[in-house]
Amino acid sequence: MPAGTLYRGREGMWSWVAHRVTGVLIFFFLFVHVLDTALVRVSPEAYDEVVATYKTPIVALLEYGLVAAILFHALNGLRVIAVDFWSKGPRYQKQMLWSVMAIWFVLMVGALYPVLGHAVREVFGS
Amino acid sequence: MSADTTSAIGPVEGARRYDVDNPAPLIEAPRKRTGKTPRSTRGNFEMAAWLFMRLSGVVLVVLVIGHLLIQLVLDGGVSKIGFAFVAGRWASPFWQTWDLLMLWLAMLHGANGLRTVINDYAERPNTRLWLKGLLYTATVFTILLGTLVIFTFDPNIR
Repeated sequence: MPAGTLYRGREGMWSWVAHRVTGVLIFFFLFVHVLDTALVRVSPEAYDEVVATYKTPIVALLEYGLVAAILFHALNGLRVIAVDFWSKGPRYQKQMLWSVMAIWFVLMVGALYPVLGHAVREVFGS
Repeated sequence: MSADTTSAIGPVEGARRYDVDNPAPLIEAPRKRTGKTPRSTRGNFEMAAWLFMRLSGVVLVVLVIGHLLIQLVLDGGVSKIGFAFVAGRWASPFWQTWDLLMLWLAMLHGANGLRTVINDYAERPNTRLWLKGLLYTATVFTILLGTLVIFTFDPNIR
């Protein structure tokens, strides 16, 4: 391991690690997503064909993961901004992380049906 | 409270060494910049990048979560997406601007994030050089391609 990657653990370090991991994942998806959207300049059929893979149950699961990564990165990013710019931010960083996790959890439950509903219907019929 | 408690200086140590006729010597600040000080060769790039991450981040929270809501949640979720759906949305300059801004901010935000990650973990200068070269190439390519697609989109392509 490169020097300086060992940190102090707990909420501060793990939220930082999760922010990095989710950020890198989102960036790679963004790259692919711009490429697939660019197919609208090729032909409607080419675009619809690729978008059809986004509607399959397995990719729906990946989409749910993408939503999870984006929501965490967004909420924790707002927490980072609060730590940097709000005078009491550093003191409340732990409480803010747990608030982030709570909001994230509620939103993830809310996204369950809209993002995965069609996949469940396809796999289990009806 | 008597009047002399307002001054912490007693009569002895308060004896003045300097006055108008005998002024204290002026001591220059140790790092004071003078005409001979070389100008800094470093700019404020890292500070600008740090600030950009926070400013673009706030805007992206709105743009991206709005995008997810439209594409994955509202009106049947992902099932409705297709060429016709894209054509419908890009008929409006509002959504064209939304997507263009989201593309540029997200790509620059992500590229700067990955630049930081590369700087942190790639220890050999050569590895860093190549990884960042690849990153910048991919970033410029993706931004230009996406911009081109938004500006030249043709709903009657077929």
